[in-house]
Amino acid sequence: MQSYLLAFLIGGLICVIGQLLMDLTPLTPAHVLVLFVVSGGILSGIGIYQPLVDFAGAGATVPLLGFGHTLVSGTIEEVAKIGIMGVFTGALKATAAGIMAAVVFGFLMAVIFNPKG
Amino acid sequence: MASYGQQNKDEHQKYQEKVNQVSPKPPLLKNIVWAFVVGGLICTLGQFFQNAFMDAGIARKEASALSSVVLVFLGAFFTGLGIYDELGRRAGAGSVVPITGFANSIVAPAMEFKREGYVFGIGAKMFVVAGPVLVYGMVTAFFIGLIYWILH
Repeated sequence: MQSYLLAFLIGGLICVIGQLLMDLTPLTPAHVLVLFVVSGGILSGIGIYQPLVDFAGAGATVPLLGFGHTLVSGTIEEVAKIGIMGVFTGALKATAAGIMAAVVFGFLMAVIFNPKG
Repeated sequence: MASYGQQNKDEHQKYQEKVNQVSPKPPLLKNIVWAFVVGGLICTLGQFFQNAFMDAGIARKEASALSSVVLVFLGAFFTGLGIYDELGRRAGAGSVVPITGFANSIVAPAMEFKREGYVFGIGAKMFVVAGPVLVYGMVTAFFIGLIYWILH
């Protein structure tokens, strides 16, 4: 199906960009994650990322660029709706599920499982 | 006869060429292929969940958010099992960049520092990597939102 192919290709390409950064620059994985969330936000702000999401679906939302996009697009939506307070409420409103999942599941797994070796 | 400084430079260059010849080079092409395939597959899995949720009648945006929740769960779970880090050794950015990698970046250090207790071990170390991501993501969103508000 087309949606799977596009998700695979675009998602794969975005990861390749990350790999190039990790192999050719002194950037660590953590640096790449921060860079991607900020970049996703900026691309979202200038209106480029939503078209990519419409085109590639999960290929654009699954990579961490997508998280930055959700933070920014959520903020902008909220600002359009309620004005200046939106800069304080919009980002976390849009990413609430993802952040809760990360913290709660992260906590549970860290409690239940032990590191190897 | 070349000057003393020039002779030194030539020798240094020859030495550097020798070093470059025998140093192990990161297998760039292999890493790129692994990152592409694994990253692409994880995104495809996300698309599968998103499609499944949409087929169940959930709107696109909520389906996408729900799919992220599932991927976060899977990333955390497989990190707990020790499988995700194994994958990461081969897949590099293919396992780091997707949101499953974000979950991994939360669980892995928390597990490692478990012996330091629930507050300063698990509780604090969960945010070693996730913390900066949230900080810079939220700061970016704040300022872009502000600019948007000013312009409209």
